Parts: sequence; C-alpha cells; structure tokens
Amino acid sequence: MSKGILVDISLCIGCESCMEACRTANGLKPTSQRRLSPDNYVIVENLEGDVYYRHACMHCEHATCVSACPVAALEKTELGPVIWHAEKCMGCRYCLQACPFQIPTYEWHNPVPSVRKCTMCYDRIVAGGQPACTEACPTGAILFGEREDLIAEAQRRLREEPGKYVQHIYGVREVGGTSLLYISHVPFEKIPFLARNLSVQEPLPELTWRVLSKIPNLVGFGGVFLFGVYWIINRRIKLERMAKENQLEAKEDFIEELPPEQLDSEE
Amino acid sequence: MKLNALGSRLPRLTFWRGLLFALWILGAYVAVIRFTKGLGAVTNLRDDFPWGLWIGFDVLCGVALAAGGFTVAALVYIFDAGKKYHAIVRPTILTAFLGYLLVIVALLFDLGRPWNIWHPIIMWNPHSVMFEVGWCVMLYTAVLALEFSPVVFEKFRWRWPLRVMRSLTIVLVVAGVLLSTLHQSSLGSLYLIVPQKMHPLWYSPLLPLLFFISAVGVGLAMTIFESFLSHRAFRKELELDVLTGLARGVILVEVIYLTVRFLDMAGRGTLSFAFHPTREAGLFWAEIFLMSVVPIVIYSVPKFVVHRTWLFWGAVSTVVGLVMNRLNVSITSLEGWGGAYFPKWQEIVVTAALVATGFAVFEWVARNFPIFPREETAEEAALAGEKPAYA
Repeated sequence: MSKGILVDISLCIGCESCMEACRTANGLKPTSQRRLSPDNYVIVENLEGDVYYRHACMHCEHATCVSACPVAALEKTELGPVIWHAEKCMGCRYCLQACPFQIPTYEWHNPVPSVRKCTMCYDRIVAGGQPACTEACPTGAILFGEREDLIAEAQRRLREEPGKYVQHIYGVREVGGTSLLYISHVPFEKIPFLARNLSVQEPLPELTWRVLSKIPNLVGFGGVFLFGVYWIINRRIKLERMAKENQLEAKEDFIEELPPEQLDSEE
Repeated sequence: MKLNALGSRLPRLTFWRGLLFALWILGAYVAVIRFTKGLGAVTNLRDDFPWGLWIGFDVLCGVALAAGGFTVAALVYIFDAGKKYHAIVRPTILTAFLGYLLVIVALLFDLGRPWNIWHPIIMWNPHSVMFEVGWCVMLYTAVLALEFSPVVFEKFRWRWPLRVMRSLTIVLVVAGVLLSTLHQSSLGSLYLIVPQKMHPLWYSPLLPLLFFISAVGVGLAMTIFESFLSHRAFRKELELDVLTGLARGVILVEVIYLTVRFLDMAGRGTLSFAFHPTREAGLFWAEIFLMSVVPIVIYSVPKFVVHRTWLFWGAVSTVVGLVMNRLNVSITSLEGWGGAYFPKWQEIVVTAALVATGFAVFEWVARNFPIFPREETAEEAALAGEKPAYA
C-alpha cells in the first residue's frame, strides 16, 4: 500500500517544528537559507499574514524525475517515497530539469555532488515508523498515513466545513496524482509551486513515452525502407551496367544472338 | 608544393595556434577548478537552471552540427545522389566523428559524476529520453569510428580490414541514419516533459520532428561551410556543383521546416506570441530568418546558388540560425521559469577550447590522412586503384 502525507494549510501555524525535526532526522547542516537546498528538504513558506504552507517533494505517483533519470537512480518505491540512489547517478541533472515542482536540489559546490531532496524519511517508514516532520507537527497540519485513507480524511474535512475549505484536494489528479495531498482555505492559485501544475492532469512521463514508444516501429520500418531504397537503386544501376557490358561484348564479338532488351528482361 | 603552402601561411597559423594554446591552458585551469570545487565554482548553473551553455551549445548544437555525417552518407550510399558527392563524404564523416567526440568530452565536463558516464549501458530506464539519447550517441559514435576507419586502414595499407569495412559500408550507413534519426529527434524530446516551464514559442509536441528536420538542414549547410574552410586552409579545389546540389537540398529542407513549424504553431494557437513586442519574439524571428528564410531566399536565386560567396553566406546563416534555435530552446525558453541565465567566462572558455580543438584536430587529420580525393588521388590511385598493389 502506498503511503502519503496530508497537508492542511489551514492548520499550519508556521512554527517550523517540521523543519527542525527534518534537520535532525536527516543530519542536515544548519543554514540560514530560506529555500529548498541540499540542507533544506522542507521549507515552511509564509504566503501572507498567518497563512503558511509546506514546500517539499510531492512524491508523485508517476514521478517525472523517475521517468527522466537515464540510469534509474531515482525510484518510486512501493511504499510511496521517491528516493535517489547515489551509486547509480551520473549527474546529468535531467531530474532537476524535469521536475514540475522544481524540488530536487544539487550540490553545486561538491566535486562528488548528490541530488538532495525530501525522502519522506523512507528508512523510518520501512522500519514501521513515520516521517520526522509529521511526528513533530504539533497541530496535525501534516498527517502521515495510507494515501487512500488520507484522501477519505480530506474529503471528510471538506464536507464538514464547506465554507472554510476550497473544495479541491490537490494531489489526487495533478500531474497524475501525488503522494502529498493538500487541502486549503486559500485558493491553490496563490501557492506558487502548486499553482503551476493545477491544470496539468496527465502524468508528465506520458509526454515523452508517447514518442519513445514509437521507436521500435521507427527502427523497423526505417530499416526496411532504407535497405529497400538501397536495394532498388543499386539493382537498377547494376542492370544498366550489365546491359552496357552486354552491348559492348555483342559489338566486339559480332555475335547478336539476343537483342539487349531481352538480355535485360532475363536479368 | 605542400611545404610552400605551409611556409607562406606560417604567420596566420601561428596566430591560430597561439589562440589554441591559450584556450587549452585556460581550459585546463577551469577543468582543475571544476573537478576539485564542483560545477558551481565555474558555472552559473543552479537548481532552477540546471542546464546551461555546455548542454545548450556543446551538446545540442554539437550533435546537430555533426548531422552532415548521416545526411551525406544517406545521400551518397542509399539514395545514390551521384558520383560527384563522393568527394565530400570523408571530410563530412570526419567532421561528424570529431563533433561527437567533442560532445562526449563536453559531457565529461558537464556531468556531475562523469566517472559514471557508462552507467546507461548496464542501468536501464527505457522510459527516459536521456537513456535513449545516451545509447544512440554511444552507438553512433562507434558507427562513425567504423565509417572513418577505412581512412586509417588506407593510410597504413592494411588491406583486409579495409575490405571488411567496404563490405560493411551499407550496413553501417543504414545503422548511422537510424541512430541519428533517433537521437537528433530525441534531443528535442528531452524538452517534451516540461510543457509548463517552456515559453510557448518553443514548446511543441512536435519538438522531436522539428529537431530532426533542422538537423538535416544544418547538416547540409555545415558540409558547405566545411568545404569552404578546407578550401581556404588546404587550397583544396571547391566542388561548386556539389555545393550547389547541397544548397538546393537546404532550400527543400528549410521549406519543410518552416511549413511544419508554422502550421504547428497556428494549429495550437501560439503564433500570436510571435507578434508581442517581447525579447522572446525578437529571438524567435531572428532564429527563423537566419536558419530558414535567409538561406531559402539566397539559394533560390539562380545566380547566387552557383556563386561561391553566396553559397558560403547562406550556409553561415543556416548554422548561426540553428545555434540560435538550440540556445533558444535550451536557455531562452526556460528563463521565464528559472530566471535569467548567462554563462560564466569559465563555461565559455571550455566551449571555445573544445571548438578550437575540433578545428585543430580536423586540420591535423586532413594533413596526415587521405581525406580529400584531390590531393591524394595520384598517390592513392597507385595504392588503392589496383587491389593487388596492397599485398
């Protein structure tokens, strides 16, 4: 079963307990930077007034980064988290380029650079626990659980307080579905990293697979076509040459058993 | 005769050599910094702009400008365009081969963990466009090495490998055309996955097709361009009728390109962006005019298409336009999302050093191996004309 995290923006008070817990659990260096970086897997962003939201990996169901990686260094695990395997990565950074949420960060100043991002605390989940951030959250603004259960819970909250919430669960359909689910009392259009994919319903890997899946046919038909053209043209040239040689021979030997046309057709 | 030519050229060559060495020393310095301090120390790359000049120019343009290799090989060996084109096959294959080798060197600079560059061989992800590009570039570089190998065998008079390669010619050419079709287009497919990040003037579901068509066009143009450089450097005679033929090919390809590009844009309703007074629109029209319109106009004039100066400038225009197109796709179109990007001088130095190396190696190979039919014919005819002469 696939795990997920439900983010209820209306409950987040911006205390940053999740950021602290994440830093400790993942051994990240303290930094004053207020943006995703190799040492910031999760950021609590202040949208306006007392509205805060979580900014971190969405762990997409059909992860764009996973489909983009040429060496399968990124993996969508069965448990839900999207994780990165250092020993496979060759550093092409197509994952950074492809991510629709612009989440993965790179160690630009490391000669042996890693791709760094939230792992949903994969190791803790495998061990039967929950991510450090959801454990630390004092208000229940982030909730860990089975994705299906979380969707049901989100639906319940939207139903019970229709006046409070925007009637939409972000992450059920966006980019084909994400393990992170958001409900909010402010329009999703206002939240920059989510807004850009509000209208994208299709899993993005489909866009490239549509082309890649045509390759076997292209190679097959292309190969036959090219060899065919070569064979036809080459044969015509050979026949012409033979016809000429035959004519020459015919003249030289003064033998005219067959006219050239018939030689042609025999060939 | 050859020595004279060299002697009279010595000052000019010294200047170019000086430039080459300067670039190599700077490039080596940048390499040391890059491999000890990381990519960030020598590039303006960042998380929201992970691909810069090295991918946009060295890889995207490098591969496209090397497209002459498969285009001319197909024309000569498959479509049997005519005997006269045989003269340009070898320099074109050499240009392509060097182009791909330089792309690989550029990748070694650009990849974060270049020592893992071979990983796609054993770690597969057929869903990744990059995986497919990696495989095709690898295989096609091997094909180019084999296509070029007869030149080396001839030089050292190895007869049986030469015969083996000759019998393989058509298989190699077909493989080369297929592999090139795949990865020339796939370099465009790379960007299919970021529809929301790219400027609508450049994002299109037809990117793979557009990349392929423009690569064929610039492949022909580069062959014209390269003939002129060889003409200047080696006093090689210009095969004007060959170049005219190629130029007519450029017209055909660029007309197809414009048709597909504008029909696609009109169909998806993105054409209006070209008429907004924006920097992007300006760059779009510059690219369209230089790559396609200018060569079509020049080469359509009967007097110009047979005239050496016009042939040259038409090709230059196509090449410059293609470079603009690839940089627009890989950089301009993504600046709206990731913010402005301009390469650091270190990025430019590495790129310039690679280009200069390409020219230098071409020159060295051309002076030492039988590349041009003219210069070597007498010698070569004695050598290769009668087969038994090898043994």
